[in-house]
Amino acid sequence: MTEGEPLVRWDWIASHGDAILERLLQHLELTAIAVGVGFAVAFLLSLLVLRAPRTYGPVTWVTGTLYTIPSLALFALLIPYTGLTLLTAEIGLVSYTLLILIRNIVGGIRGVPADVREAAVGMGYTERQMLWWVELPLALAVIIAGVRVATITTIGLVTVTALIGQGGFGYFILDGLLRFFSTELLLGAALSVGLAISADAVLVLIQRRFTPWMRAA
Amino acid sequence: MSIISATFAWFTDPAHWQGNDGIPTRIFEHLELSALAVTIGLAIALPAGLWLGHTGRGAFVAVNVANLGRALPSLALLALALPLAFALHLGLGFWPTLFALVPLTIPPILTNTYVAMREVDREVVEAARGMGLRERAIVRAVELPIALPLILSGIRTAAVNVIATATLGALVAGGGLGRYIVDGLALREFERLFAGALLVASLAIAVEIGMGLVDRRAVSPGIRRTA
Repeated sequence: MTEGEPLVRWDWIASHGDAILERLLQHLELTAIAVGVGFAVAFLLSLLVLRAPRTYGPVTWVTGTLYTIPSLALFALLIPYTGLTLLTAEIGLVSYTLLILIRNIVGGIRGVPADVREAAVGMGYTERQMLWWVELPLALAVIIAGVRVATITTIGLVTVTALIGQGGFGYFILDGLLRFFSTELLLGAALSVGLAISADAVLVLIQRRFTPWMRAA
Repeated sequence: MSIISATFAWFTDPAHWQGNDGIPTRIFEHLELSALAVTIGLAIALPAGLWLGHTGRGAFVAVNVANLGRALPSLALLALALPLAFALHLGLGFWPTLFALVPLTIPPILTNTYVAMREVDREVVEAARGMGLRERAIVRAVELPIALPLILSGIRTAAVNVIATATLGALVAGGGLGRYIVDGLALREFERLFAGALLVASLAIAVEIGMGLVDRRAVSPGIRRTA
């Protein structure tokens, strides 16, 4: 952004292969932990909601409020307690996945047709067997759709954690912004979007692999 | 002194309530920027969504805009907006942030409007056509009121996203409440950081609740009951 400087200096990118790889791994780690832990928490809360439908209101209200709090503000609120650490980043990132995942898990399982459920009961399935062998497989497409949205959103939010010393590709964006270096800034943005698109494509493939009956429709 | 009492002291210091770096000024800057971004986004996405939804064309466009919108992180948008603002000689602060915010508003408004218009019962539209309404009148008097709840929820999503992201404008020397967070981080003044975070979070939640109330007033009672 200085006069006479090209928008992208390819030689800079070529000479920073190691840094890019390091940030890629960090971005993947931050995302995988967030979506993994988020899914585990969302799954347990969804089971609670399915058992006790009255809790759905409060659960979506709390996770919805968390979702509304701007990411930078949430990280800032945590800093006095957990510092500039991976934990601070993950608390924020996990909170943002919850609403999306719970909606899709609960919605997917509630969408299982009643006659399918009755057939399972008639065949002598226990409640637990029905969950694992009937409801979850049928809800899988909707659940994976939620995981896709949560993953893409998280990959984008990870870049913001650069402000608290984490960040993955967000490091390049922030560093580029602070140094007015367009090559680094654009590299970070492009890699982050590229990673989101690739992760989404991988999840689509996983969904196709595990829900073969959806392909005919 | 604990962070809570330090933050309380920060809020009760009259110096933080006046001048260019005062809370009222920062809130005003934040809302001004956000309102402008949502207005521009509306001007682009609402007509497009209404037209695509009314004609039933462009499902592909609507779906892909929504997906692209999710994949573009706000920080990356800001990163892309900065060179653009520089190329146009608009400098730092307000303009690059606005450039970053507008694209953020389009996906939720466009997609929700499109889906809402497609979900309007085709028989109702046929009946209106049979009664001799022109296409423009069908959109305005028949489809729009029925589609309104979902359209408004798209605008609400866009507004809350924008309030959240406008915070990042402080990174490119913009104003708004993000100033407190970014400066607090840089200066290690945690009470300022904490106060800024509380203000932004409260503003986002207030806008969410406020627009929820507007939705309730704007939507026809007949539709509200069935929704």
